[in-house]
Amino acid sequence: MQLIFGNSMIDYLMSINGLQVVSSHIVYFLGGALLTLEITTLSVLFGLILGLMTGLAKMTKNPILFGISTAYIDFFRGTPLFVQILLLYFGILPLFMDAGPFLAAVIVCSLNCGAYTAEIVRAGIQAVDRGQMEAARSLGMNTRQAMTYVILPQAFKIVIPPLLNEFIAVLKDTSLVATISAEELTLRGKLLYSTYYEAAWIWGTVAIMYFIMTKVLALLGDYVERRLATE
Amino acid sequence: MIQIDEVHKSFGKLEVLKGITCRIAPREVVCVIGPSGSGKSTLLRCVNQLESVQSGHIFIDGQEITSPHTDINKVRQQVGMVFQLFNLFPHKNTLENITLAPMKIKGLTVQKAEEIAYDLLRKVGLLDKAKVFPGQLSGGQKQRVAIARALAMQPKVMLFDEPTSALDPEMVGEVLEVMKDLAHEGMTMMVVTHEMGFAREVGHRVLFMDEGVIVEEGKPAQIFDNPHNARTQSFLSKVL
Repeated sequence: MQLIFGNSMIDYLMSINGLQVVSSHIVYFLGGALLTLEITTLSVLFGLILGLMTGLAKMTKNPILFGISTAYIDFFRGTPLFVQILLLYFGILPLFMDAGPFLAAVIVCSLNCGAYTAEIVRAGIQAVDRGQMEAARSLGMNTRQAMTYVILPQAFKIVIPPLLNEFIAVLKDTSLVATISAEELTLRGKLLYSTYYEAAWIWGTVAIMYFIMTKVLALLGDYVERRLATE
Repeated sequence: MIQIDEVHKSFGKLEVLKGITCRIAPREVVCVIGPSGSGKSTLLRCVNQLESVQSGHIFIDGQEITSPHTDINKVRQQVGMVFQLFNLFPHKNTLENITLAPMKIKGLTVQKAEEIAYDLLRKVGLLDKAKVFPGQLSGGQKQRVAIARALAMQPKVMLFDEPTSALDPEMVGEVLEVMKDLAHEGMTMMVVTHEMGFAREVGHRVLFMDEGVIVEEGKPAQIFDNPHNARTQSFLSKVL
């Protein structure tokens, strides 16, 4: 270092207060990022299951299943996530359980992710050519077998790009749970800022960390897409 | 083998089948011809209940498939169907396309299912394409795989819905060749087609349909060389 920059360069860098704050709190930032990843992973996982079920439910002829799934999707797509977090954490969850910020964050983000995923799933299934269902049924498969072996694997391939979009959105949206004091990346940024007032350095670091996480997610999606390519 | 009694079918207000009655005997090859919109594909699709009928009855091998008490999935296993647009499963290779149904529905082992599949691939001349995905096959090859896929369930009846209409002209022959072999082996076949040469050469009987009714039926020689009905005459004069 000294050979490259000389003593004065090192001294200069060390004199920047923001850089010192960021470098001495890097583990603190990483801890927040880890919690962001935990909330995201769990929400995406439950959201996927929820979305698959409600997406299929919305396509059935059963009026009760259709009604419930439509109401659920409409509510979570039609209201802001920020409001949903406040409503569930302060208003609804306390009636049923003693949910801490982390659990509440996962529940709200899962429900929100599930609603969007349901529509993605439905669009994916409807994008599979009608002839595929007919071919499967003509061989003697029942609807469930045709769905499992023929339609869903093809729908899965179609929905990877929009699904990935949704997962990236969830990752970024988890920043909103800062408001219920779940100590993820954004809240840790906020706490540091209120102590050191180094806005550019602190929020810059937070932004870069979000960017790295979403980029990795996008690369992962590209990889899956390439693995599933058959043509 | 197939018995169709007074079948009526409407899409909304449009009546597509206006009382169709016909019989197809075991080992018989019946070709259905007629102008587009005449209801011939709809009739074929009714025979394996891809379309439901409004009234009338259809029996396959003595079993009424139009009855709500019939397990339609069981019946469909006995009725192979080949589509105009092939409808191969694009996410599975040729071999998997053929083995999927026998394994998942009949519960055959991989070995047994693949044994049947390889036999069928040999029969349709595509043994070297077993591991290839549908996207890499030509239209004619796709349709031959589709025929093999249907045959893998060892059906008693085969339905063909314009199997060569989506093919480039030079590929029509290879598909018809496979169908001809099948006819000679004694498969009961109902073929909706625009290939008059095939209908004349391979068909035992020809049905001419127009506007939802069977206008005329008879031996191919009679229909093609000596049609009685004016509508049949006018149709044939346009296509032959």
